[in-house]
Amino acid sequence: MSTATVEVPEAGAVAAPSAAQRVSAALGRSAPVFAVLALLLVWISIENPNFTDPPVFLAFLKRAAPLAVLAAGQYFVIVAGEFDLSVGSLVTVTVVVAAEVLADHPDGVIRAMATVVALGAVVGLANGLITTRLRVPSFITTLGMLLILEGAVDYWTDGAPKGSLSEDFRTLGRGGIDDVPWLEQLPWSVVVLVAVAVGAVLLMRSDFGKRLIAVGDNDRAAGLSGVNVPRTRTIAFVVSGLAAALAGILLGGFAGVSAQVGDGLEFEAITAVVLGGVVLGGGRGSVVAAVAGALTLEALFTLLNLLGLSAALQDAVEGLIIVAAVAFAAFRLRPDR
Amino acid sequence: MKRFKLPVNVLPIWPALGIVLAVGWITVTIDGGSFFTSSNMTNILQRSVALGIVAVGQTVAILVGSLDLSVAYLISLSSLVAAETMDGKESMLVPAIALTLALGAGVGLVNGLVVTKLRVNAFIATLGMALVLKGYLADNYSRPSGEVSETWKSFGYTRMGPVPVSIFLFVGVALVVGFVLRRTRWGYHVYAVGGDEPVSALSGLRTHRVVIGAHVLCSVAAALTGLFLASRLGSGTPRVGTDGGYDLESIAAVVLGGTALVGGKGRVNGTVAAVLVLAVLDNVFNQLEVDPFLKQALRGVVIIAAVALYARRRLVAREEETSAPPVETTGPTEVVPA
Repeated sequence: MSTATVEVPEAGAVAAPSAAQRVSAALGRSAPVFAVLALLLVWISIENPNFTDPPVFLAFLKRAAPLAVLAAGQYFVIVAGEFDLSVGSLVTVTVVVAAEVLADHPDGVIRAMATVVALGAVVGLANGLITTRLRVPSFITTLGMLLILEGAVDYWTDGAPKGSLSEDFRTLGRGGIDDVPWLEQLPWSVVVLVAVAVGAVLLMRSDFGKRLIAVGDNDRAAGLSGVNVPRTRTIAFVVSGLAAALAGILLGGFAGVSAQVGDGLEFEAITAVVLGGVVLGGGRGSVVAAVAGALTLEALFTLLNLLGLSAALQDAVEGLIIVAAVAFAAFRLRPDR
Repeated sequence: MKRFKLPVNVLPIWPALGIVLAVGWITVTIDGGSFFTSSNMTNILQRSVALGIVAVGQTVAILVGSLDLSVAYLISLSSLVAAETMDGKESMLVPAIALTLALGAGVGLVNGLVVTKLRVNAFIATLGMALVLKGYLADNYSRPSGEVSETWKSFGYTRMGPVPVSIFLFVGVALVVGFVLRRTRWGYHVYAVGGDEPVSALSGLRTHRVVIGAHVLCSVAAALTGLFLASRLGSGTPRVGTDGGYDLESIAAVVLGGTALVGGKGRVNGTVAAVLVLAVLDNVFNQLEVDPFLKQALRGVVIIAAVALYARRRLVAREEETSAPPVETTGPTEVVPA
């Protein structure tokens, strides 16, 4: 936050720039992530020539979809100048609760999905209200929420969740539309990912999106200009909670039930958003770039796998690359400091 | 409404510690247990040492406007380096301690350099370091390894009356860091940089050095925690840091102790009290045989509630002072004379 105050605020960020300005500004800020993503995808297709086949590439997108949805949600919170560390545990809660609901009502797929989406919204609302009304820093609010959700889900299930997700429930995460020409099968999760991305872009172009950026850039100025800062931030947390529930539905379908399914996802989501060039502290960055950041991270995992690196070393390389990418972005953003 | 006011020098976490002790004593007694026994007090103190040392280091990192998410993995690695270097030999005690602290300093130096010179946000920089250390640990160790010397093992268990000797390590670290922050020029620089880095830089401070120094101090404290845990366990363990959740837990303790997460405001003694509060809560929950999972959830509630109370207090204080210029009560305001 302290570094953001010295930068000259971009007037254009708030006062509706022309389309050309907006495109060039967005590209200038987030071009690195698209370049890195393209580089990684080319590298992967050299290592694995099949990668360019539509079904293989769609399988990659399918794998990346939960993280990308999570990153899109996290983007709203970060651009408003906050953090959401609770999303990983919320994904776990989503999967476990869905399994419990389905255990009682085997045909209640809609009921299970509605339950977890409502749960995501409620957790997001709680995060938002505690952060804005009780003025607890969001790092602490969502860290506390992480402890609460993890503890609650383990307490409830005795550490080993029972039940399973029905085939119908899992369709969204691992099924698809069959017999699509050329693509063979269009995975539902890719459809969901595209829908989420389009929805997020539309939301950011709405008045709400403008207010959100203004709040993240300078909440005091935004408040004095008549923006309801607490409400705007709270909505951002609700969006993140909803995204986490959706990611949980996709991931549960893809990977099944476990108490560890969401472990560490909060850091991956934040990393993805930051890789996309979105500045921690708020006010800058585009949601498309955040989603591209998630795809980049997933492409990196895929590539490291292809190169035959052990899972342990993958962590180390991932850490180095993330720091390098953010350092690179930092130099582009502030060459004068 | 008349409000009870604390003297300006007492952080509210200290009375909170008193309340937690009193409530804990009452509930445990009603439950049929005994609270103020020397063995139980020893237990509480013992538990606070590991978190306490790393939290004091984390306080410095947060005060300077940064934070360190890599401490948990560094603690694990330190315990392994210490135990493997000692390898049960008394003669290797001092070299092992020196090597472990040097490792901590090295990690802190890298963290600090990445944050300042590469301008990477501390959250990402130290998260990256955490991943690198995690990968190194997973690649090289799968089980406990090494053995600490007898002297070092006894350090973790020796007591003077009810007081474990290791508590002196915690108190010593807290006193030294507290002194450095409140009485030395460098300490004042930490508050200045954490309060407003651009202004500090314009005032002629070499802000990068201050941030790097804070990170080195924080990582050395984490290495010390690793040394202490090695002494308790008798060997190094690749998961001791992450199992204890020392990364997020230490940050929670710092904030619970009244230090502002954005930096520039806070004190070491608040962190010490917060660590004791967490240890007492843990002890009370254990005595009442609260389910460990429920315990974790309750801890989340306590952390949020406590910080909410802080924020409320600060808000009320600000409203009372709206006419007068804000009075800084939690950090130094004057430049220390040379």
